[in-house]
Amino acid sequence: MKKFSLIAWLVAGAILLIAPPFLKNYGIYLLSYWMVFVIATMGLNLTVGYAGQKSLGHAAFFGIGAYVVALMMKAGLSFWLGLPVAAAICFVVGIILGFPALRVQTIYLAFATLGFNTAVWLVMRNEEWLTGGTFGINNIARPSLFGYSLESNLAYYYFVLGATVVMGLLLMGLLRSPWGKAFTALRDNPIRAESLGINTRAYTLLSFAIGAAYAGIAGGLLASLVQFIEPAPFAVGSSIMMYLMVVVGGPGYFLGPVLGAAVGVVLPEWLRFAQAWYLFVFGSAVVLLMIWLPDGLLSIPDRIRAKKQAKEASAARALSAKSMGAQA
Amino acid sequence: MTDFLQLLFSGMATGAIYGLAALGFTLLWQASGTINFAQGEFVMLPAFMMLAFMSMGAPLLVSFGLSALVAVVVLGWVFKRGIVDPLFKYGMMPIVVATIGLSISMRSVIRAGYSAEASPFPSLFADKLYNIAGVTITLADVGTFVLAIALVFATQAFMTKTVTGRAMQAVAQNTESASVLGINVPRMIFYAFAINAVLAVAAALLVTPTYLAKFDMGESLGNKAFFAAIIGGFNNSRGALLGGLIVGICENLAAAYISPAYKDAVALVIFMVVILFKPQGLLGKKEERKV
Repeated sequence: MKKFSLIAWLVAGAILLIAPPFLKNYGIYLLSYWMVFVIATMGLNLTVGYAGQKSLGHAAFFGIGAYVVALMMKAGLSFWLGLPVAAAICFVVGIILGFPALRVQTIYLAFATLGFNTAVWLVMRNEEWLTGGTFGINNIARPSLFGYSLESNLAYYYFVLGATVVMGLLLMGLLRSPWGKAFTALRDNPIRAESLGINTRAYTLLSFAIGAAYAGIAGGLLASLVQFIEPAPFAVGSSIMMYLMVVVGGPGYFLGPVLGAAVGVVLPEWLRFAQAWYLFVFGSAVVLLMIWLPDGLLSIPDRIRAKKQAKEASAARALSAKSMGAQA
Repeated sequence: MTDFLQLLFSGMATGAIYGLAALGFTLLWQASGTINFAQGEFVMLPAFMMLAFMSMGAPLLVSFGLSALVAVVVLGWVFKRGIVDPLFKYGMMPIVVATIGLSISMRSVIRAGYSAEASPFPSLFADKLYNIAGVTITLADVGTFVLAIALVFATQAFMTKTVTGRAMQAVAQNTESASVLGINVPRMIFYAFAINAVLAVAAALLVTPTYLAKFDMGESLGNKAFFAAIIGGFNNSRGALLGGLIVGICENLAAAYISPAYKDAVALVIFMVVILFKPQGLLGKKEERKV
């Protein structure tokens, strides 16, 4: 099993490294777009899947990140300054948004975050002096790295790929640390976690803040990728989409966002033939998936394993019953 | 002052509709611990159902009755058996996600299969204006308000005065002892879903003449109804009405006196203030935490 997963990782990595030069521009763009969503939903997976906080406002941070980077670049500042600033701002706003989570839980929290998203979106749309309103901000430049220009789609793809890997490794490190264990404890039983000495307040806020920072970085990358931003992609619908991506992939599974973002971003391109019906297909698929697999796509191996174990256990029981019958 | 009263009255009509939609939320919550994220779409779909029946030549009230019947089957029975029952044991979030998925597919089936344009919808009330002390009130506003309030109180009376209604409340409060007492629990829960469906059709009848029938009309209605339900108290039916009225009136006043651009943020701001100080809502009872 270990060997198999190592090979799977290597193959997937090789495909992502080698395939893009053979793709058309749109394919490269789509893959970069997918990566951006992988980063964003990795953050949401930390908040929702690992820490168990029901957040439906993730697209707001995505948007804040995008606008911060875009506005800073328009002001003549570097992309490399904009990206960490975007992450830091989102981190702080994430802490602030976490405060209602200390008072309300589950569905109330879901709606509080959803409302927060609406508020951010209204500001983006109405404060034209800052955000350009519905006209958005265009001609956002792509940065250069160590003297190499990332202007071409391919170069930017490799940059986003690198960023995704770095963010993924950071998250993996975090999840393996005692902090990561504390997050899952918080999700599984908040009251028991508290009695075990985990500062649930601090970890609730942190789970929002770190998740938000991931979305902020993803937003910053998106601004430079698309080179044009407007309020629409950061509305409530987008937050709900990201939430669905996490749940469809498998909340609390490290690779859930990779799969979920593929379902949410790449799959629609394959479903192009369905055109206007695509969202109907998507929505119905989500309903059916929930009914069959409430823990997401990545819970399939676990389910098969559990079934196998149950089978083996009943076989063992039958066997021992038989041998006892022979003795008697 | 007359401006203020004018805004107040039209806000009350909108608020009563929010309250009506919010009542459905609290009913499902009380009966089965279900949050229906597709509540707004449960209002949108009957609007199109009624349009379909009317295009076949049925008068408004007949198509209302037919739609209510279809809604009880589809939005009540099928919804409960198909989505809520199988997911119930996994807790609340899978139901939430499934109803989000449901709302997306309901919205897009209308957009793709019917039209993305808004369709006009006939009003139940004649186009008549009253002028009372300088304040102009439309018959539609008054009628909407009165009907919505009447429906809320009728539901409330059904829940508290009839045997069936009391049985439903018993199920909501303690499912196990209710079934020990010989109450048919699944049937009571189905009644809640059925009433929710009928209330949604009634809300559609009242709301669509002003807002027009459009595939995405449920989105903001569902959100505001939910905010209204929480503001008033999620486990209290009168709270839903109170919350609805607060949201409707404040929204109208804010649009006129503060900024129309931020009208949609009003419900959110009130909601935030209320949950920070009284998470159980203005009229709600506190719920115990379980370990």
